[in-house]
Amino acid sequence: MRARTTYEQALAALAAERDDLVVLTAENRAHVRGLPEALGARFVDVGICEQTMVGAAAGLALRGRTPVVHGLATFLTLRAFEFIRTDVGLPRLPVKLVGFVPGLLSEANGPTHQAIDDVAVMRAIPGMQVFCPADLDELVEALPHIVASRAPAYVRYTAAPPAVAHVEPFAIGKAEVLSHDEGVSLLTYGPLLREAEGARGVLAARGVPVHLVNLRTLEPMDEESIVDAVRPAELVVTLEDHFHRGGLHTIVAETCLKHHLAPRVLGLDLGTSFFRPALLPDVLEHEGLAGARVAERILDALCHREANA
Amino acid sequence: MNALPVPFPTAVTEDHRDLEALALRVREHCLRMAAGGGCFIGASLSCADLLVHLYSRVLNVRPETLDDPGRDYLLLSKGHDVPALYATLAERGFFPVGRLRNHLKTTDSIYWHPNCSVPGVEFHSGSLGHLLAVGIGIALDIRLRGGRNRVFVVLGDGELDEGSVWESCLVAAAQRLDNMVAVVDRNGLQANCRTEELVPLEPLPAKFRAFGWACRTVDGHAFADLDEAFAGLPGVSGRPTAIVARTVRGKGVPSLEDRADRWFASFTDFEVEALVRELHGGGPATLVSEGKVVR
Repeated sequence: MRARTTYEQALAALAAERDDLVVLTAENRAHVRGLPEALGARFVDVGICEQTMVGAAAGLALRGRTPVVHGLATFLTLRAFEFIRTDVGLPRLPVKLVGFVPGLLSEANGPTHQAIDDVAVMRAIPGMQVFCPADLDELVEALPHIVASRAPAYVRYTAAPPAVAHVEPFAIGKAEVLSHDEGVSLLTYGPLLREAEGARGVLAARGVPVHLVNLRTLEPMDEESIVDAVRPAELVVTLEDHFHRGGLHTIVAETCLKHHLAPRVLGLDLGTSFFRPALLPDVLEHEGLAGARVAERILDALCHREANA
Repeated sequence: MNALPVPFPTAVTEDHRDLEALALRVREHCLRMAAGGGCFIGASLSCADLLVHLYSRVLNVRPETLDDPGRDYLLLSKGHDVPALYATLAERGFFPVGRLRNHLKTTDSIYWHPNCSVPGVEFHSGSLGHLLAVGIGIALDIRLRGGRNRVFVVLGDGELDEGSVWESCLVAAAQRLDNMVAVVDRNGLQANCRTEELVPLEPLPAKFRAFGWACRTVDGHAFADLDEAFAGLPGVSGRPTAIVARTVRGKGVPSLEDRADRWFASFTDFEVEALVRELHGGGPATLVSEGKVVR
């Protein structure tokens, strides 16, 4: 088995190919520790200064650079939000914002560190691309596409092991459809894909066919794949580690409205609550987002429908 | 790309009549932009001499070199003093002076804060406390490429209330960006209040020095002082430089000078003509718009 390429190795390889690539961090070095040595002066650690980092990234982009900037997802997207919106989004500069520990990945840090509104706020910026890779392999495969794009971008970072055996090459704005069965259409993104795949297995064993979609890119969204998933489904399920509002559930709702579709939709997400801080497996269980719990909640929804039929 | 020549140090004894005449024209344009919808006239008049001096004697940028990566950059961080920038750029040939008459028209992009589609405007602004950060990125890239050009960021003194300014001051010093110059238009007033009565900034030079910057204070309306200050850059090798320019809000038109209620103003055409006469040495203008000028 080949050794998996790390994010840091992928970024260093890209930097070797592209003189325009510069790397910034707001003192979050866990996943880019080797880059100062590899990049020299093209690596800049500004300290715990997210606003200045994003503004500086805009300045670097004005000079023709493609800055890849790193911070904890919540501080990057919220503390520096106005700098992102005004200095990067408004002029549509190719600044790539990589948020560490997004979604449930902040584990036991508590609500201050929970980036579970990040998709909503980044998607609110016109022209901002939003990438949510399911695992490290998907992130590494997506990275050259993200850097090559001339649009501003936000990336939910993950170093998770493969969630599934991927079946489609990465393309910006294209979802990956992992199973095409008609019945329950399960749409998700990010590391929860692993839980979705677990749920799919449980449901299949119970005779419930699942059409499983890994969105990969939330902006631009893959409208065609969403419509294809929604149209024949008995039940549409959106599964995400995000507040109910502003993430995938909202994207599906917008798409359905546009296409005059009125499916039955079950949103499995964090609702309007911050999640209970704990280690990831315990968070998944507690929040009802572990694969087996997802399957149960889907079965409950199906049974509820039959009972009411 | 042809490298631009290194900017010249200016003799301090130089005659400044050309700059004084240019500054007078710039102020007149600013007053005319305060008609029919108005503009932030107070700050525009306080920084007019600074911008005239920078674009005439300091900045290594000309209309022909606007895309030259070797040019000096000026970023107007406070933004709302943009009439003075537009007037200076127009007078220096970056775009036709007649375009200033498009102020606030939907057919152009000349409004109350800078738009970078206007030739000479390097970046948009309006939200305070952003452009030191953007300037850091530009300065970092200039250094990466071995350039000798510089980045000037014009800040308002009220703008210094923003925490992001001081965050960027820390970072510019940490990165030893001695190709950066912050120019503070120290007119002593923010929107509605005197800075020292709301959130005191003094001792301001000591604050910049404590943050790792070289700093000097100058009379922001004395061209000879400005010659000397800008000829001595960087103030200290390896450090960014702050020039605190003491100015007067509304400078040049006594009816508007140093008044908290003359931040934003919209005047009638008749009042503007009276203010222009006052600018050129006439008596005080009678302002009937008195009661509706405060924002």
